[in-house]
Amino acid sequence: MRSVESLIFEKGAPGRRAATMTAMDVPTEALESMVPTSMLRKEDAPLPEVSEIEIVRHYTHLSQRNFGVDTGFYPLGSCTMKYNPKINEDMAVLPGFARIHPLQPESTAQGAIQLIYELEQYLSEIAGMARVTLQPSAGAHGELTGLMLIKAYHESNGQGHRNIVLIPDNAHGTNPASATLADYRSVEVKSDPQTGGIDMDHLKALLDANAANIAAIMMTNPNTLGLFDSKIAEIATLVHETGGQLYYDGANANAVLGITRPGDMGFDVVHFNLHKTCSTPHGGGGPGAGPIGVKEHLVPFLPGPMPAKNEQGYYWEDPGAQSIGKMRANKGNFGVLVRAYTYLRTYGPDGLLHVSQSAILNANYLKHELESDYEIAYPQMCQHEFVATAERQKEEHDVTALDIAKRLLDFGMYAPTVYFPLIVHEAMMIEPTETETRETLDYFVSVMRQIAEEARTNPEIVKTAPHTTPVGRLDQALAARKPNLRWTAGQETTH
Amino acid sequence: MSYIPNTPQDQQAMLATLGLSSLEELLSPVPENVRLRRPLDLPPALAEPDLKRLLGNMAAKNKNLDDMISFLGAGTYDHAVPSVVPHLQRRSEFVTSYTPYQPEVSQGMLQAIYEFQTMVCQITGLDIANASLYDGATALIEAVLLAIGPGGRGEVVISSGVDPQYRRVLHTYAHARGFNVKEVPTRDGVTSVEDLDAAVSATTAAVVIQQPNFFGCIEDIGAIEPIAHKGKAVFVTTITEPASLGVLAAPGDYGADIAVGELMSFGNTMSYGGPALGFMSARSKYMRLMPGRLVGQTVEEGGDKRTGYVLTLQTREQHIRRERATSNICTNQSLLAVGATIYMAAIGKQGFRELGELCLQKAHYAYRQITAIPGYSARFSSPFFDEFVITAPVSPQKLQRHLEQAGIIGGYSPGISYPDMENDMLFCVTETRTKEDIDTLVSVLKEVQA
Repeated sequence: MRSVESLIFEKGAPGRRAATMTAMDVPTEALESMVPTSMLRKEDAPLPEVSEIEIVRHYTHLSQRNFGVDTGFYPLGSCTMKYNPKINEDMAVLPGFARIHPLQPESTAQGAIQLIYELEQYLSEIAGMARVTLQPSAGAHGELTGLMLIKAYHESNGQGHRNIVLIPDNAHGTNPASATLADYRSVEVKSDPQTGGIDMDHLKALLDANAANIAAIMMTNPNTLGLFDSKIAEIATLVHETGGQLYYDGANANAVLGITRPGDMGFDVVHFNLHKTCSTPHGGGGPGAGPIGVKEHLVPFLPGPMPAKNEQGYYWEDPGAQSIGKMRANKGNFGVLVRAYTYLRTYGPDGLLHVSQSAILNANYLKHELESDYEIAYPQMCQHEFVATAERQKEEHDVTALDIAKRLLDFGMYAPTVYFPLIVHEAMMIEPTETETRETLDYFVSVMRQIAEEARTNPEIVKTAPHTTPVGRLDQALAARKPNLRWTAGQETTH
Repeated sequence: MSYIPNTPQDQQAMLATLGLSSLEELLSPVPENVRLRRPLDLPPALAEPDLKRLLGNMAAKNKNLDDMISFLGAGTYDHAVPSVVPHLQRRSEFVTSYTPYQPEVSQGMLQAIYEFQTMVCQITGLDIANASLYDGATALIEAVLLAIGPGGRGEVVISSGVDPQYRRVLHTYAHARGFNVKEVPTRDGVTSVEDLDAAVSATTAAVVIQQPNFFGCIEDIGAIEPIAHKGKAVFVTTITEPASLGVLAAPGDYGADIAVGELMSFGNTMSYGGPALGFMSARSKYMRLMPGRLVGQTVEEGGDKRTGYVLTLQTREQHIRRERATSNICTNQSLLAVGATIYMAAIGKQGFRELGELCLQKAHYAYRQITAIPGYSARFSSPFFDEFVITAPVSPQKLQRHLEQAGIIGGYSPGISYPDMENDMLFCVTETRTKEDIDTLVSVLKEVQA
């Protein structure tokens, strides 16, 4: 099983090549007559010199050394690794969508603007918001956009001094990092150890102590423990009374489709992760898309341009004077938006409700089946994910969440998100999604039970896992101590 | 159509295990006061064949680059993509994987990103590169934020020769984060060296230019670099047209500290401008300040000490460092990075130089032909790569109407962002335009006179 693939730079030979360039069919002139000599490249970039067959084998081998949803079960909590439908991929590469330039005349891009216009409407309805911008490139980019909108809103009301963003202790790391980028100070709100929701007394104390300076609270609901915070309406009232805004991190929106809407819960801003909820593939870490929905009072601040429609057709409308500006070049990750649009049209309203219901059922089923062998951080009914722990295995057999994660890889499955949320020791956050069969869930349960048994009887096999993967556990400390971030000539791969 | 495999019978059995009888009971944690008690107001579900027809019709309403002869660039470039690239990039093990948190089963993506980081260094001539950023504009922002430092309030000096969209994004971030941006005007299409010298001071945190700049002109780095470095500023160069690096000097060779830009045009689809592929390359002293993911080479902990790849230096990142992270980036553009990596391997060392020469020669041929037409003149005399500005006898809107009838998309109208350029058009000629395409353009332009 163990093997190493040498780098593309170690393959090929001088003069070897794959793609050939188009013909030079125009009369040429000396380079020096067009570009000052000082600005000409002195040496060729040392890119690989490889043939097409070498490239095909190399990257095919690399793909075989990579695990995706198409390979097997991927219960990575908070990442919503659902099946990525093939039709979405086909639609995104239609020449009418894939071969269009962002600056071509509106009259030649009517279908693209229409798709964006309609997708905005669908997402507004799902979120219970007035408008949605599809510009942000990913969830964290959406968070920053949302915080900028909140900031612009406060400034327009003479409340620019508000500088505190409340963030629960179980929030995603991007929340405080985004707050810093928006020049806000993050203040942590404790969660209630019983309910897993926000500790209401702590929230009230923070609101009282900082009332005039609260800019916003950022929440995920259901939160990263997979628990729906039933006090949300009360929280919204309390935060709004201080003049603060409510930001909804949509990472867990796969639990709420057609069941409840962030807008109806009292949130003012929401971001979606289309690469989670709307099945667009994660691509090994991107691209994603992080649209932002807002209530009416924040609409004037949205980044531009926004899609619009009149008798002549669809067009791009420049933002007004209060707009925060622009978050990236062009209109957003259109290729991702095509996939999300396809997904939403595939399911329709009843189908989306069934998506969330099924995701919740699968999570509760797994939680129930694992209860006998693992501690469950919060035993109550969960939503689309839950947090199990390796505390028992750690205490009794010195087997950690990381060990269990690695051992799962030996059985052809990816691992849960481990050591997150930070407030749970030895956390294993499990999100099965709605697209798994009952048999797959049962297989996962049987493997988890076997690992628990191994922890009791043969802990070494767990602690030294994985055993069947292309490489064994890698030396992270060495990677950080002596960073090697690029290949240099003469460097050889050890087999 | 549904991708939920479990049947109602499966679900009933699972509910029974939980002691429940309906899916509705699973929603009890959601209080009634926030429940949606009506169906979402969305169009009904469509079967796959119907959906394909719907989207096919929508796509057909767009004119695509294969239907027309396009001379549009302005930050988004059309470069030919060898068939080998999408065939490998779209292998589903790459497409359907997540950020490689479990390296033992993610070696393929990690190694591809390590190769990407290396190739970015090879074309920029700098020491290190990250695993990608959202797009060129946000990559520029990340470089500026790195230069300013956490909590810093330093000033940023940027040439108005930098893409107007990128500058708009910079102003947006600058307002929220709280730092000043000073714009330096251009003269004859390139950054005014005198004005740059006056703008850069001891408090300048970053000096940002674009090479070639938005007008396609080649900046005089020999004059700019000493000014950028006269204080403590970080010298940032932005590259939106990576094909230029086949013939133009590498940022590492002209003293840039950080190079950022856009690599979407290398092996990926244009897709109306997104997803894009931002990159950042830098001198090694910035390693621990870099934003985003970094892949490092290491070896196995035990046993045979085989080579392997991991996400590294993660203490910079939001999931560890939270509010003190170097950036809020979580998602990047890995799949596009894979595409660019395969593309650069496919064109290779020789092809990369040829690509640059093709763009340069074809654009200069077009320039000579167009400027020979009475009524059309070059706006600038500065040297350029594959884009150039022409002052036309009529407005760009009128010109575009004529061109469209001949199946041509003309250049970008810089007058949208530069008020003194309302009769100008920014033409881009990459290797994908043939001599015949260029001659067709020229013959139409000849017909359009004031």
